Amino acid sequence: MTTAFLRVDRELCIGAGMCALTAPEVFDQDPEDGRVLLLHAEPPTARRTAARMAAGACPSGAITLHETESDSSSS
Amino acid sequence: MGESVHTVTTMPTARRPGCPFDPPAELLDARRHGPISRYTHPGGKPGWLITGYDLVRSILADPRFSSRKELMNVVDFELPPAPPGEFLLMDDPQHRRYRKPLMGRFTVRRMRLLTERIEQITADCLDAMAETGPPADLVTAFAKPIPTIVICEILGVPYEDRGSFQEQIDTFMGGETSDEELIAAYTATQEYLAELVAAKRAKPTDDVLSELTDTDLTDEELKGISLILLAAGFDTTANMLSLGTFALLRHPEQLAALRADPALTDGAVEELLRYLSVAKTFMRTALEDVEVGGQTIEAGTTVVLSYNTANRDPERFSDPHVLDLRRQSDGHLAFSHGIHQCLGQQLARVEMRVAFRALVDRFPTLRLAVPAEEVGLRPETADIYGVKSLPVTWDEERS
Ligand code: HEM
Ligand code: SF4
Repeated sequence: MTTAFLRVDRELCIGAGMCALTAPEVFDQDPEDGRVLLLHAEPPTARRTAARMAAGACPSGAITLHETESDSSSS
Repeated sequence: MGESVHTVTTMPTARRPGCPFDPPAELLDARRHGPISRYTHPGGKPGWLITGYDLVRSILADPRFSSRKELMNVVDFELPPAPPGEFLLMDDPQHRRYRKPLMGRFTVRRMRLLTERIEQITADCLDAMAETGPPADLVTAFAKPIPTIVICEILGVPYEDRGSFQEQIDTFMGGETSDEELIAAYTATQEYLAELVAAKRAKPTDDVLSELTDTDLTDEELKGISLILLAAGFDTTANMLSLGTFALLRHPEQLAALRADPALTDGAVEELLRYLSVAKTFMRTALEDVEVGGQTIEAGTTVVLSYNTANRDPERFSDPHVLDLRRQSDGHLAFSHGIHQCLGQQLARVEMRVAFRALVDRFPTLRLAVPAEEVGLRPETADIYGVKSLPVTWDEERS
C-alpha cells in the first residue's frame, strides 16, 4: 500500500482558499490570517484524491503531497 | 529550433458573429499554431502572446515574471509605479505586505458566513425587478447592484452615501463615457475613499476597512487598497452575472438542467467562470531571460497572458467551446494563478452561487426581450468583457 503525507508552507501561502474549497476535510484557513491550516497531515485513503487535487490547485505551491510505497507489514 | 513562430501583430478584437462567448477567432487561431506567439504591443514594443493553458499557468507561478507596473514594457515612456496599496501591480515583498492583512478577511469560511446577507440583497433586487417589470435590464436590475452593495458593506460605505458612490464607480468603470467624465469620476471616487478611510480611522464600524485601520497601513495605503478592492471586485462580478445569464439563456438545455438541480449550482459557477473568462488578459514582464515554450523571452520583455484562450485550450479541457455545467472545470484560470490569484474569489463564488440560483428559481420563464444579435457587447478593448445591457422579460405570475 502507499502512504501519503502532506506538508504546507505557510510562508508561501497567499490565502486563496483553494485548498479549503477543494478538500475541506483536510485543509482549513486560519480565521485570523487566512493562511492554510493542515487538519490531516496523513490523509486517509478516502481523502487522498481531494488532497492531491488541492495540492495541484494551490496557486502558490504551498502544499506538497508526498506519496510513498510502503510495506504494509511495517505500519 | 527551426520551427517558425506564429506572429500576432495587433491584439485580435473581432469575435465571430453569433459567437459572443468565444474568444476572438484570431486568438484561437494563434493557439492552434502553438502556445506562444510573437506579438507587438499597441505602443510598438515587441512582446509575446501566450495562449496555451500550460504556459500561461507556468508563467503565472514563475517568480522570474513580474507584475510591477513600472516594468511593463509596452509603451515608449516609463510607466509610474503602482500607487501605495494597489498591490495587484506589485511583486513580493511589497505585494505580500498588503495582501497579508487582507487574507484572513476573505477566507472560504468567512465568505460563506455572508451567504444569508447576500441572499437578502439578491432577493431585494429581484423583488424590485418583479415589481417594475417585465421587461427589465438585467444589468441595472441585478448584475450591478448585487456586487455594489456587497463591496459597500465590506468597505463600510454608509447607506446614505451609496447612491452617489454607485454612480461614480459606474461611470469610471463602465467605459462608456468621455475621458473628462471618466477622470472626474475617478477623482471623485479617490476623494470619497480618502474621506471614508479617515472616517473609519476616527470611528471604526463593523467592516473590513475599519479592521484594517488597526494595522500599520497608512491612510494613503488604505485608500489604495479600497480602490483595488472596488476596481477588482465590482466590474468583474457584475459582468460574470450579466454575461453568465446571457450565456445561460442562449443554452436553454443547460439552463433547464441548472433550474432542475440545485446541486449543479457550484459546478455551474466554475464552468461559467471558465467559459466566459471575463478577465481576459493580464501582463507579466520577464526579470531575466527565460526559456519558455522553445523561445527565449528576453529580460525586460512584457508578455500578454490570455486567460480566456487558455481556458479554451483543447489540451486541458475537452470540447472547450462547449458550455457544459456538469464538466470538471477545476483548474481554470479565470481567477488567475500564482501569488496574484484573486483575493476575492471566495466572495465572488458566494455572490454568483446565490445570485444565479435565486434568479433561475424566481423567474422560471426568463428570456431575452430582444433578438440575441441585438444584445450590446463590450468592445474587446475593455479590460473586462461583458454585455452593455441585457433586456429580459418573463411571464407574470397568475395569481
Ligand atoms: C467573478 C469575479 C472576479 C473575477 C473573474 C476576478 C478575477 C481576478 C483575476 C484574474 C485576478 C488576477 C490578476 C492577475 O493575474 O494579475 C484578480 C485579482 C484580484 N482580485 Fe479578483 N476577480 C473577481 C472578483 C473579485 C472580488 C469580488 C474581489 C474583492 C472584493 C476581488 C479582488 C481582487 C484583488 C484584491 C486582486 C489582486 C490580488 C493580488 O494581486 O494579490 N476580485 N481577480
Ligand atoms: S490553496 Fe495554497 S495559497 Fe490558497 S490557502 Fe491553501 S495553501 Fe494557501
